[in-house]
Amino acid sequence: MGTFGGAYNTIAFDANKCDGCGDCMTACATAKVGVGDTARSRIQIVGSADDGFELALCRQCADPKCVTVCPAAALTKNSASGVIDWNGDKCVDCLLCTVGCAYAGIALDAGTGHVAKCDTCDGAPACVPACPHDALTYITTSRIYNEVGDWEDLFAPGLAGCQGCNTELLMRHTLRRTGPETVLATPPGCVPGMGSVGFNGTTGTKVPVFHPLLTNTAAMLAGVKRQYKRVGREVLALAIAGDGGASDVGFQSLSGAAERNEQILFMVVDNEGYMNTGMQRSSCTPYGAWTSTTPVGQGTGSGGMPSQGKTQDAKNLPLIMVNHRCEYVATASTAYMEDLYDKLDKAIAASKRGFAYLHVYSPCTTGWRFPTDQNMEVARKAVETNFVMLWEYNPADGLHFTRPVDDPLPVTEYLKAMGRFRHLSEDQISHIQGKVVENLAFVKQMAHVAKA
Amino acid sequence: MEQTKYLVVGSSHAALEAVTAIRMHDPEGSLTLLTRDPHLPYSPTVLPYVVSGRSAPDGIFLRDEKFFATLGVQLKRGTALKALHVERNAAELADGSEIAYEKVLLATGASPAIPPIPGLDQVAYHVLRTLDDATKLNAAIKNSKRAVVMGAGLVGMHAAENLVKAGAKVTIVEMAKQLTDGYFDATAAGLIAKAFTDNGATILTGSRVVKLASSAIGALLTLENGTTLEADLLLVATGVKPNMEYLAGSQVEHDRGILVSDTMQTSVANVWSAGDCAQAKGFYTDAKIMNAILPDATEQGRIAGMAMAEDPGLKKYPGGVPLNTYHFFGRHAISVGSSKVPEGGEVVTRFDEASGRYLKAIFSADNRLTGIYGVNEFFDGGVMCQLILRRIDLSPVKGRFLAEPMKVGREIMSKTWR
Repeated sequence: MGTFGGAYNTIAFDANKCDGCGDCMTACATAKVGVGDTARSRIQIVGSADDGFELALCRQCADPKCVTVCPAAALTKNSASGVIDWNGDKCVDCLLCTVGCAYAGIALDAGTGHVAKCDTCDGAPACVPACPHDALTYITTSRIYNEVGDWEDLFAPGLAGCQGCNTELLMRHTLRRTGPETVLATPPGCVPGMGSVGFNGTTGTKVPVFHPLLTNTAAMLAGVKRQYKRVGREVLALAIAGDGGASDVGFQSLSGAAERNEQILFMVVDNEGYMNTGMQRSSCTPYGAWTSTTPVGQGTGSGGMPSQGKTQDAKNLPLIMVNHRCEYVATASTAYMEDLYDKLDKAIAASKRGFAYLHVYSPCTTGWRFPTDQNMEVARKAVETNFVMLWEYNPADGLHFTRPVDDPLPVTEYLKAMGRFRHLSEDQISHIQGKVVENLAFVKQMAHVAKA
Repeated sequence: MEQTKYLVVGSSHAALEAVTAIRMHDPEGSLTLLTRDPHLPYSPTVLPYVVSGRSAPDGIFLRDEKFFATLGVQLKRGTALKALHVERNAAELADGSEIAYEKVLLATGASPAIPPIPGLDQVAYHVLRTLDDATKLNAAIKNSKRAVVMGAGLVGMHAAENLVKAGAKVTIVEMAKQLTDGYFDATAAGLIAKAFTDNGATILTGSRVVKLASSAIGALLTLENGTTLEADLLLVATGVKPNMEYLAGSQVEHDRGILVSDTMQTSVANVWSAGDCAQAKGFYTDAKIMNAILPDATEQGRIAGMAMAEDPGLKKYPGGVPLNTYHFFGRHAISVGSSKVPEGGEVVTRFDEASGRYLKAIFSADNRLTGIYGVNEFFDGGVMCQLILRRIDLSPVKGRFLAEPMKVGREIMSKTWR
C-alpha cells in the first residue's frame, strides 16, 4: 500500500451510454446465483428512458455505514481489495445494513433470505463485459496510485506552478518512476519556472538538475550521459522541456541527439506556446489559437489589420521524431494515466539502448484560458475529438494507436472548452476540423505502412 | 494519576465510532477506552443469535486487540466507571483509582430495567444485555420445557422465538395491548403474533404480572386477572434503562438519559455522551428523546468523536429517526421513521393476506414521507431514511411509491444524492 493509503479498483457507470437493456443485471444474477433473474442482480439499473438511467450498486465506501451498523461483525472492509466483504457464517439476517446504507448498495435477496451485495467478482466483474454500450467500465488505475505511493517523491514539496496545471503531476510522477539515479535537464520554460532549478542556492529536486540554454538541452544532456558512462555509472539522462524549447530554437540539438541515438529520455511537455514568458506562440501552437503574439481583434494584426489568432498550423513534432527512427517515440496525455505510465516504462527501457522521446500534451489553464478545475477534462476532450492522437512507435513494430477513437466527437467539443478559441469563425472551425481529419488520415497511413 | 487526552467510556457501537472519528482527526492524542465488560467489544443486538446458537460467542467481536494497538488506544476491559468528578476532570474507577482526562465521552449504554413486582427478587430469572447473559441463556433454553418471557419488545420476542425453536412451551406476557409496541403497528404486530401462535407460543397482551413466587420447577407468576403461570425459565425483557449511576451528585444534567446538544455535548463543556445512555433531540420534535437504536448510536458516536477532536468537518446531529428491523420465523419487518401521523397527514396501507405482505406509509400534509413500515415487503431502509431526513416532496410519485417503494426510492436516490 502506498504512503498515501490505498486506492482501489472500481466499477464506473456512464449514465449517458446506458439504454436500460438490463444485460448487466442478467450477467450479475447468472454469475452470482446461477439464474438470469434480474431482481436478484446486485447491480440494479433504475430509472426510465424518458428520465435517464441510474445505478444502485455498492460503492465499496471507504467509510462504510453498513459495516458500522452490523452487530455481528459480518461485514468488513477488505484493505487489500477495497471490497466490503460479507461473511455468511457471521451474518444473522437482521437487515440493519440495509438501513445503514443510503445508496441501496446492500439489499435482501429474496431467493436466499440473506442480504447480497457486489463483490466485484473478485476483480473481474461479470456486469462490465456484459454491457453492450460500454456504459460500465472497470477502472484499474488504482494500481498506479498504489505503486507510485511507494516510490520516493524527488521534487520539492512546494512548487510555483499555476493553479490547475498538470505539469506538477507529470514531473512528480516521472521522477518517482525514473528514480534517484536520474540526471535531469530542464531548459527555460514552465518546469524550471515551477521550481526544478530551485531557489536560494538549493535545487528543487533530490536528483542532480541543470538548466541548459533553450538551444543546447539535448547536446548538453548527451554529454553529461557520456561522461557518466565513461566513469562507469549507470544513470538515466532525462530532459523535461517545453514545446518551444524543443520544436523551435532547441530543435537542432534535439534532432542531432536523436540522429546520434544518444541514450537519453527526452520528454516534451507540450502546452502549445511559450506560456511562462507571457504566452507567446510557438511552432506547436495550433491554427486559430489566441496567444499574445497571435492576437485577436480589430487593429491588432500587423499594419493595424484585424487578426483572428494564429494563421499557421502546428508543427507535429512527435511525427518528425518518428522520422529519426528513434528507439521509442510516443504521445501521451495526463487524462490517460495508465497509457502514460505504460509509455513511460517503455521509454525508460528504450533510453538504455538509445534515444527515447515522449511527447505529453499539457493543457495550460492560464494560457489557454479555461477554469482551473478543467485540466483533465480539456486533455480528455482533445483525445476524444482526435485533436490529439495517442500512439507509440518503435523501429521493430512501427507506429500504432494505443487509444484509438473510433467515434470521435466534433472538434468544437474541444474548442469550446477554452477561451483561446472563443473568437473562431465558422471558416476557421471548419479549417481545424479538416486538419483533424487530415492528421488522422496521415497518422493512420503511417500506422498502416508500419504494419505492412 | 493516570492521564489521558480522550477518555471514552463504553465499548459498543457509539464508543467504537467515536474512537474512529477521533483518530481520523487526531492520530496522536492519548486515548483510553474503558469498559466494564470483560470481553472485546460486541453489540447487544447480536446477543439473541448467541442465545439461539447461530452466532458463536467468540465470533461476534466487532474489533480485536490489534485494532486498538494500531490506533494507539489503551483498552481497559473489566473496568467500570464508578463516579465522574467533572470539577477536577477525573474518572473514578471501581477499584478506587482515578484517570484524569481532558475530554470524556460517556457511551455507557443501558441495562435491563427490572420492574418492581413483588417476589421478583425471590426467584431466579434471566435478562439479556451482555454476552455473559447470552451464554447463560443459551445453556438454559436447552433444558427448558415451560418458559415465560416478560415483555414483548424485540429482545423478548427474539428470545421467545429461540425458546419455541428449542422446544419449550412459551408464554409471552406483555402489558401493552399489542406485541412490539412502539416498533410496529397493530396490523404488523398481528402478523408477528400469528407467526408465534402458529409455532405454538401463547401470547398474553394487555396482561401484567403482579406477583411472583418460587415453585418446584422455578417460578410461579400471578397475573392481574388472577391466573397463574409456572415457568422453569423466566426471562425479564421489560425494557432498558441508561447506565448513568456514576453521575450521582455530578453537574452533568440528566433526565431519562444524559442530556446532550446537537453535537452530543452535555451541560459540562468537556463531557460528551452518545448512544443508548444519551438523550438527544428527535428529528420530529425539538424535545429530547431516548432513541436507543443501533444506527443512531453509530451516528451519535461519530458526531461526539468529531466534536471532541475538533474536526472542522463536523455536522450537527439532525435528530433521531427511529429505525428498526426484525427477523422472525423466516420473515422480516422493517420500520423507518415515526408512527405518529402529522396534522393533516395521511396514512396509506396495503395488505395482501395471502402472502402476508404489509406496507404502511405515513405522509405529512405536504407529501413528505414521515414513516414507512413493511412486513415481508422489502425496501431499502437507508434510502427511506434519507427521504425522511431530506424532506423530499413525493407528490409527483406518490402513487407509484406506494406500489413499488423500493424501486421508486432508488430512482429518487439516484437523482438526488448519488
